[in-house]
Amino acid sequence: MEGGSNDATSVKVSARDLDVFYGSTQALHGISLDARANRVTALIGPSGCGKSTFLRSINRMNDLIPGMRRQGRILLDGADIHDPGVDVVDLRRRVGMVFQRSNPFPKSIYENVSYGPRIHGVSDRGTLDEIVRTTLEQAALWDEVKDRLGASALSLSGGQQQRLCIARALAVEPEVLLMDEPASALDPLATARIEELIHELKERYTILIVTHNMQQAARVSDTTAYFYLGRLVEVGPTAQIFTNPAKQETEDYITGRFG
Amino acid sequence: MSSSPAGRRTATTAVASAASESRRRAARRAERLFGAVVRTAAFAAILAIVLIFVFVGREALPLLRQGQAPGHGEEIVSWASLAGPTTYPDRPPRYVWQPVSAVPKYNLLPLVVGTLKTTLVAILFAGPLAVLAAILTSEFAPRWVSQVVKPTIELLAGIPSVVLGFFALMVLATWLQGLLGVRYRLNALTAGIGLGLAVIPIIYTVAEDALAAVPRSYREASYALGASRWETAVRIVVPAALPGIFAGVALGFGRAVGETMIVLMASGNAALATWPLTDSVRTLSATIAAELGEVVFGGPHYRVLFLLGVLLFVFTFAVNLAGELTVRRLRERLGGRA
Ligand SMILES: Nc1ncnc2c1ncn2[C@@H]1O[C@H](COP(=O)(O)OP(=O)(O)OP(=O)(O)O)[C@@H](O)[C@H]1O
Ligand SMILES: [Mg+2]
Repeated sequence: MEGGSNDATSVKVSARDLDVFYGSTQALHGISLDARANRVTALIGPSGCGKSTFLRSINRMNDLIPGMRRQGRILLDGADIHDPGVDVVDLRRRVGMVFQRSNPFPKSIYENVSYGPRIHGVSDRGTLDEIVRTTLEQAALWDEVKDRLGASALSLSGGQQQRLCIARALAVEPEVLLMDEPASALDPLATARIEELIHELKERYTILIVTHNMQQAARVSDTTAYFYLGRLVEVGPTAQIFTNPAKQETEDYITGRFG
Repeated sequence: MSSSPAGRRTATTAVASAASESRRRAARRAERLFGAVVRTAAFAAILAIVLIFVFVGREALPLLRQGQAPGHGEEIVSWASLAGPTTYPDRPPRYVWQPVSAVPKYNLLPLVVGTLKTTLVAILFAGPLAVLAAILTSEFAPRWVSQVVKPTIELLAGIPSVVLGFFALMVLATWLQGLLGVRYRLNALTAGIGLGLAVIPIIYTVAEDALAAVPRSYREASYALGASRWETAVRIVVPAALPGIFAGVALGFGRAVGETMIVLMASGNAALATWPLTDSVRTLSATIAAELGEVVFGGPHYRVLFLLGVLLFVFTFAVNLAGELTVRRLRERLGGRA
């Protein structure tokens, strides 16, 4: 299944026959899915269908879970991320992640953003200052915090914290951004800001976003993938999925007759 | 009897409101009772501490009334002799604790020095070891290693201090003598390390809890940025757990200052106000334990021992207060009220 046929951008991330097991239960069944560069791919589906599991497979966060087993391949720019030569540290630098619940470190705003660059070897203060400023600008947070970069990140509001987490993820210059329900804990105004942000960010990044909000998926994404019980039911251009899905199940879910 | 819907609705509302009213009143009563119990318990605990302090302080009080006529012809110890050195016609002045001699000498400095030396050795030995062990078991070791190490260290807390003292006296002292070639087996170093054994489980347990309480989401965020386990532990988890780790060290410090049996057995008990850690020492706590049973009730020696008690009390209190204030400051800095 390809994205839009007239979509000229290259495939950035692609999963091939991906199975993931937690112990004896299988969370993903043979997922094959492509995400294109500079496009937003939305993952939708009822709770527990494996959206987060799929997302966390792409930056190998699932490796940290004891008892996790995987079969199949995930390619980033055509290269298998599970090749023995691949450095997980480097993979995670290239594939950033924003979590469902904002999780800034209990440090200052500045330290939160500069943490990533620092662990990847940037130590020059001027360079760090520059990274902090530009990423906070990208995350549309700069104007609100520029006068208190030394304040604790936990003193920010929920929406600001989530944008800070986005800035933190952007600071290591990733190529792919994974967002697991980034706006689920936010009010409509903050959500709108995040959505706006996603629009701007896709010019530079490949974005995969999990959302339970159908309008949000319709608004922000170019491609939508519908998951159900660990299987990929249908994937296609967002406009088509929402107006004319190929599968009855997809339509039931989208129109709310289900789950 | 009205059977109209309106009538029935009023009736049900009345019943519902009556039921919820009585339930609410019961809940309020339970809450008040619970509050009273908690307040009483807290008050009793504080009262007990104050009473202990008052009792200990009262026995030492006559020492503070210097210059006034002593009752019952009781000789009073001068401040100068408590704090300053004893002078001799033919020798240089020295700080001496010699409560039972022709001329009793009650200089406190050797005891304070002894307490500080053993306590510092204990903290310097136990602190890093316990904190490192906590970091290793909570962040690095495989699950099964932690499940063995953790209860083992916690078991150490249950060992009676007389057993630790015995171990320090018999085994540790010999090892250290062999290792360092010191003259006296029993000294501040031996006693301090023995004390450290009692302090390790305290610091370890508190520090381990603090590390375990660091939200998983911090670790995940760090890993997701490409940080290694090591970087995550050092730069994220440990700083976030710092208030708790510090609280553990302060608690260990308090225990080390007050612990008696181990130092009584392993310190050599010679009241020397010297720098080397390999000299014997006599601590405040050991002095009280060793001497209080043999003093004349109400006499100067008796009073001075109670003064030592006051000193110990003030020491521990100061340490705990400083610890508490630091912990609070750290928490505030992390917590966003910056
Ligand atoms: N760490 C884990 N250990 C064991 N099973 C897990 C673990 N994480 C997820 N699972 C299981 O894998 C399945 C997929 O979970 P996943 O979190 O990917 O769902 P999801 O689509 O993200 O759901 P939600 O919309 O509620 O976030 C579920 O059945 C879940 O119980
Ligand atoms: Mg999820």
